[in-house]
Amino acid sequence: MVQESTKLPQIPITSFFKGISLITMKLPFDEMLDAAGKARPQYQIFHNWLKQQSDTLMGLKRAEADLIFRRVGITFAVYGDDLGSERTIPFDQVPRIFTAKEWEQLEAGLRQRVKALNRFIYDVYHDEEIIKAGIVPAEQIYNNAQYRPEMRNVSVPRDIYAQIAGIDIVRAGEGEFYVLEDNLRVPSGVSYMVEDRKMMMRLFPDLFQKYRIAPVEHYPDLLLECLKSVKPDDVKKPNVVVLTPGMYNSAYFEHSYLAQQMGVELVEGKDLFVKNEQVFMRTTQGPERVDVIYRRVDDDFLDPLAFRSDTTLGVAGLLSAYRAGNVTLANAIGTGIADDKSIYPYVPEMIEFYLGEKPILNNVPTFQCRKTDDLAYTLANLDKLVVKLTHGAGGYGMLVGPASTKAEIEEFRKHLIANPDKYIAQPTLALSTCPTFVESGVAPRHIDLRPFVLSGKTIKMVPGGLTRVALKEGSLVVNSSQGGGTKDTWVLEE
Amino acid sequence: MLSRTADCLYWMARYTERAENTARMLDVNHQTSLLPQPKEFLEQSWKKLLTISKLEDAFLSKYDVVTRENVLDFMIYETSNPSSIVSCLYSARENARVIRGKITSEVWETQNTTWLELQRILEARHQSDPSRLLEWVKHRCHLFRGVLHGTMLKNEAFYFISVGTLLERADNTGRILENKYEDQTALKVLNPKKGSDEGTDGNFFDFYHWAALLRSVSAFEIYRQIYSDQVTPKQVAQLLIFNKQMPRSLVCCVNELIPLISEVKNQQSKEIERLLGKLKASLDYSDIDEVFEQGLEEFIEVFLERINHIADEFSNTYLIPLATN
Repeated sequence: MVQESTKLPQIPITSFFKGISLITMKLPFDEMLDAAGKARPQYQIFHNWLKQQSDTLMGLKRAEADLIFRRVGITFAVYGDDLGSERTIPFDQVPRIFTAKEWEQLEAGLRQRVKALNRFIYDVYHDEEIIKAGIVPAEQIYNNAQYRPEMRNVSVPRDIYAQIAGIDIVRAGEGEFYVLEDNLRVPSGVSYMVEDRKMMMRLFPDLFQKYRIAPVEHYPDLLLECLKSVKPDDVKKPNVVVLTPGMYNSAYFEHSYLAQQMGVELVEGKDLFVKNEQVFMRTTQGPERVDVIYRRVDDDFLDPLAFRSDTTLGVAGLLSAYRAGNVTLANAIGTGIADDKSIYPYVPEMIEFYLGEKPILNNVPTFQCRKTDDLAYTLANLDKLVVKLTHGAGGYGMLVGPASTKAEIEEFRKHLIANPDKYIAQPTLALSTCPTFVESGVAPRHIDLRPFVLSGKTIKMVPGGLTRVALKEGSLVVNSSQGGGTKDTWVLEE
Repeated sequence: MLSRTADCLYWMARYTERAENTARMLDVNHQTSLLPQPKEFLEQSWKKLLTISKLEDAFLSKYDVVTRENVLDFMIYETSNPSSIVSCLYSARENARVIRGKITSEVWETQNTTWLELQRILEARHQSDPSRLLEWVKHRCHLFRGVLHGTMLKNEAFYFISVGTLLERADNTGRILENKYEDQTALKVLNPKKGSDEGTDGNFFDFYHWAALLRSVSAFEIYRQIYSDQVTPKQVAQLLIFNKQMPRSLVCCVNELIPLISEVKNQQSKEIERLLGKLKASLDYSDIDEVFEQGLEEFIEVFLERINHIADEFSNTYLIPLATN
């Protein structure tokens, strides 16, 4: 057994803050305007264009966008709302613009990171070298609810586990990007990336003549190519399907959209069955073999025989077919071990360990509340920190210190003291802002970015991602379930 | 194609067709209820409308008396009534949403827009004059059909939609005919001097009664064109049962179903082909005199039983996931 690593470099807490402008005291970086209030070079044309547009016109365009999203049915259901009630995600007309150079840096960093994460997952379920090397403590793996012993020594095509990764990135300053979160299970939002682009082109075609904007609409083609490249070895022409939990899932539009765009079947668990460790779907012409499943169903619900037995979303026997190598799941079972917030702090070291490279993208400094010192620091600075559940997602179960009341902080303190293992803390990021249409006109609002990285035969990306914007003034939470909106994301061509 | 997908396509079509036919029936009843007539007959005709759809019990558990307002309310708005127009349009749209990837975006957007517009109509609910709403429902269903034919590939998805439409339509035409014919019988009791195959001369109410029935299946002008004659019950029945050119007639629905089934043929579809063939033969080798000898009511009952048996068989063959081997 590997001992808990004492070799980990003990970084004094104060040095976390050295040289990085992560703390809210500073005015956040504005994507469009520099400190003097002048438009940055990549925004100049847009800035001038925007000044010439009347408020009435922009208002009309906004109404048009909402109407189109509704008619087309680009909507999502929010958990807790009545069934059948749907919302559109607010779409903002001010794009978020990256220069070619900025994107080059981001893309290199993302490819590097995802490559290392895939190596890590392989390692965790096979040779455990990173544990043996004392970089990640063994109990952080084995005691993690996201670790799937069922996956031990199971080989998957090309040793790729996270075929689709959505990496959340924030900016704190010029050239200063941080990875906030790796999403390696069933990341969503890519349909909005494509639909926002289409909407922007429809509303303001003239802008696309003024700018050379790299296209993103071929994402479904890249996705299909990626999924086909991880087919089981003995299959010649793989039958790819998208597995959805069903129409009441909040991302159902996206599941249906991707299946349609790829020209593959959208299936639910009840459409599939397993016989002789092979997966079939029930069609009007009888059973048909399935080779690659792009599943948008969480691990726990995939197979009632292997995981939660109370689920009807999955397929009985799927795990056995998967372990036998007769079907590929994308993403693989057990990828959660790599995107868990308790593993996140180790990613920079993973990159060095597996690739022998310096990480291109920064991690946000993270306090692991399971450690006594980190917990003490966190408890003493709750009003300044963001504290998150290690297994939380969607902006639920988190505390944004500077934005919380005393009572909220004290309430949260109780939870933290009761279960320190479940939390991590990070300095409150001064997320960059981007001008955004709000009730009072155009005002800066915080944004992040979720680019999507596809790993198959090679790693592929479309230039861009989903930019999410927190519409409430001062809010740092961009999740659509918490009232966030989206923006079209432009990567300029040289 | 996935069985579940086929199921959604089929039900999307059935619910849309049902919404349209319900609107047609209500509109006609509403129009005729404005004519001068015995009060008990009026009540009778609204009651019949519930019987025809086998909804009398469900209605009486919600309302005390059968009045025009209550029936309209129940058949248009009541969400606990699966055959109300609102329920049908909701189900049609929900089914479309599930398989939106299998229909053209135009078809999906038509269904979705219908539902969104209905929300606005419901907010400004004008019960006193349902005609405009019913007109709108018919219009939206026409639009759905037009968009369907104008944009969809003539592939499996299209065939399953068409089968759903035709099975529902055959059922609905049968029920409308049965219902109105019973009305006619009831009327005879009230007005015993007339024989059933006499013309409508001398009794304007009779004329309006049958004209309304024809209008409810968009067949009034067609009747005039074909028969150039007074409206007689026998000819109305002949038109709606046996006319091969009349798109809502029973024989027309059955004839159109046969090639569709052979397009979606699978290993288990022999039985449906046999049942359909038999039904077609029984229509081909019969005529209206024979039907009246047997009794129209009984004839329709048998027809409904057979067409619904075919619908069940269709579900078992294609829509309920096939056996796992």
